[in-house]
Amino acid sequence: MAMLTRSFNNALLFCRLQPLGALGLLIIVVMAGCAVLAEQVTLYNPEAVDFGAMLSGPSSEHPFGTDSFGRDIFTRIVYGARTALTIGFLSSMIGCHIGAAIGIASAYHGGWVDLLLQRFIDIILSFPIVVLALVVVAVMGKTMVLGIDLNLVFAIAIPIIPRSCRVIRAATLSIRTQPYVDAARAGGYSTVYILLRYIAPNVIAPFLVLLTAYIAQAILLEASLSFLGLGVTEPKPAWGLMLAGDSANFYNEAPWMILFPGLAISLSVFAFNLFGDSLRDWLDPKYRN
Amino acid sequence: MALDTRNETIHSMTRRTALLLPALALGSHALAQGAGPSGKPQRGGILSYAVTAEPPTYDLHQTATFAVMHRLSPHYSTLLAYEPGQYPNIIGDLAQSWTISPDLLTYTFKLHPNIKFHDGTPLTAEDVRVSYERLRNPPKGVSSFRQPSFAQIKSIEAPDPLTIVFRMVKVDASIMDTFASPWNSIFSAEKLKADPTYPVKTVMGSGPFKFVEHVAGSHWVGERFNDYFKTGKPYLDGFRAITMTPSAMVNAMAGKQIMAEFRGFTPNERDRIVKALGPDAQTHESPWMLHMLMNFNCEKKPFDDPRVRKAVSLAIDRWGGSANLSKVSQLGSIGGLVRPGSKWAASEAEMVQWPGYGRDMAANRAEAKRLLKEAGYENLSFALINRNQQPYITAGVFIIDQLRQIGVKVEDKQVEIAAWYSAQTSGNFEALLDSFTQFSDDPTNVLVKYISTDRAPDVAIQRAIDRELDSLFDRQAEMVDPVERKKLVRQFENRLLDQAYAIPILWWQRIVVMESRVQGWTMSPTHMIYQDLADIWLK
Repeated sequence: MAMLTRSFNNALLFCRLQPLGALGLLIIVVMAGCAVLAEQVTLYNPEAVDFGAMLSGPSSEHPFGTDSFGRDIFTRIVYGARTALTIGFLSSMIGCHIGAAIGIASAYHGGWVDLLLQRFIDIILSFPIVVLALVVVAVMGKTMVLGIDLNLVFAIAIPIIPRSCRVIRAATLSIRTQPYVDAARAGGYSTVYILLRYIAPNVIAPFLVLLTAYIAQAILLEASLSFLGLGVTEPKPAWGLMLAGDSANFYNEAPWMILFPGLAISLSVFAFNLFGDSLRDWLDPKYRN
Repeated sequence: MALDTRNETIHSMTRRTALLLPALALGSHALAQGAGPSGKPQRGGILSYAVTAEPPTYDLHQTATFAVMHRLSPHYSTLLAYEPGQYPNIIGDLAQSWTISPDLLTYTFKLHPNIKFHDGTPLTAEDVRVSYERLRNPPKGVSSFRQPSFAQIKSIEAPDPLTIVFRMVKVDASIMDTFASPWNSIFSAEKLKADPTYPVKTVMGSGPFKFVEHVAGSHWVGERFNDYFKTGKPYLDGFRAITMTPSAMVNAMAGKQIMAEFRGFTPNERDRIVKALGPDAQTHESPWMLHMLMNFNCEKKPFDDPRVRKAVSLAIDRWGGSANLSKVSQLGSIGGLVRPGSKWAASEAEMVQWPGYGRDMAANRAEAKRLLKEAGYENLSFALINRNQQPYITAGVFIIDQLRQIGVKVEDKQVEIAAWYSAQTSGNFEALLDSFTQFSDDPTNVLVKYISTDRAPDVAIQRAIDRELDSLFDRQAEMVDPVERKKLVRQFENRLLDQAYAIPILWWQRIVVMESRVQGWTMSPTHMIYQDLADIWLK
């Protein structure tokens, strides 16, 4: 109970000190809620073609209008949130965790291990993030599990790994020279114990910031890949896909076809960035003061 | 060309009047807006146009893609050709005149004198003979893409440099279309003797334009052949075919960076270009000799069961799809296996008798559900291999939605073209969204797609064996009387659509947009003919 009260108070304090972050969090929560409760929030099937409603403008029946197949755009955006958040969250989790593990190991071990790992990371970093994801997704194709393209998740996660690795390595380098780490080492604790007990908890702040920042990046990357025809494919709803194909051809007659999916992408990236920045300020005593 | 008129001497120009009616009928379907051909042709200028794909080869005998045709056609000649503006009337190209024996078993052609290849050597009957021998009996290392078309040719003789004689095993009602096929280009016999594969990498024909250069991924350039055997032609100094994506093409047309694209745009792309070009645009529209179809793998469950295949066909609302998808995509008319609007096509009254073509969709879907239940596939789900380009994506969305309405779940597997071909040739698919086009409406040309797979393994990919269909196909191929032939075509369609080894979805609509100063180009229901650019001039 005391813990719950403390968490609640902390949340209130976060909202008071970081109002923009709280706004970002609110948008994320609303998006996540929509994604989870998509069937309840919407009236239509996101894949149902309705020739009678082709290219209809926003109305009480279709608040965001319809596309060239008469599909309700609001419904597709709500279901698209499910796609964006699932792929974004999974990719960021996988990329940041693998990157953090490599970063901690590299910094703690130092020497030739650090040298080799960092040169390998340099090589991966030399590829622009979209190009690397494009290559991975083009080579790996699709592997669908529970409606999620696992290869797309990995394609987005791989470019995140070296970036996460660099940040966590830098944080680990400063922590490994701390007296309490020396003391643990002198006390005869195993490397694994030291990494898990003393190093990892102290890099959690930059890690959380990375995680939220890369969810935004992953959502953007998923949208980009879908836009380029290498991500989610029709008729599955996905924001990037909604901007591709026919939408470009109908920007004059049906601007809502690109307006609302574009807004959804911008808003989600904006929300995660706001929240990530505020989280960094909140967790870093230097900024907090 | 009317086949019942072939048992007499035919001179290309004298048959025109008699054959004008079908051409006029076509003209009534085609819509040309903006400037039409006007004034006396002017010489000079470079025509720039777009092609969306790279040519996989330079050899017209060994391919079927427009990416080759739209670049190579200006460099080559054929024995006969379709008359510009008068499709499907056939006229001579290299042939000045011809005679057909009364039993329809001997075809004798007289070539124009003084025809030259681009290297200055004369083109003779021997070049025609050797080229056709290559087509019907390709040497090792060469694959003749349309080899079955030449099956009824017994022998080819070149008694003198200007005479070529084809003797037939039996009557072939399509043979004149075969002689007019734009794919059957004439190569140099001397060069073929030295290297039977020379056309794969070298462009050297007798067409109106000489080859200059091809920069892969960028452009293809041709220049006027001054010794072209048709005096005064071509009018252009040259042409430049530029490789670009469909979206880039629309912008390039709108920005006047290219003058034309000859394959086709969507209605919306047409509107964008016309809006940008204003009075400087001309549009041509026609039903397209190209249709979207779904192939089933009839060797594999669940599509080894005709009830399942028929249920899928019954679930598709072709009438609704046609009325609405035609507004937003290249998909258009409803038809069977032959092009709607052609003289071989079924009437609406005949079509609505076919499974999946009836207008009462509630009844169709109820019957589809009943068939699935009877076959034990009430919860059917399958993967549809599809191409990741338009209008295949649009067709995929449409089909998935239609099948959802009878409880069938379809996974649309959109793949690159190479993976699509790989699935097609390996048979590693349950259902495959496909399209089929030919250079003419002749039933033999188009029905070959649906005969038993062992008869035409390259095109009939549904992996079904049906000797009844094969028999109907063979009978129509020999039938010279067009009325009787049409009846056989109808029987073929009835049988195919009842067995549903493959099912037509919708036929495409061809919309060509070009700058109004491009004159002399002819619209047709196929994008494979009239591409030698000999008649085109710039105003």
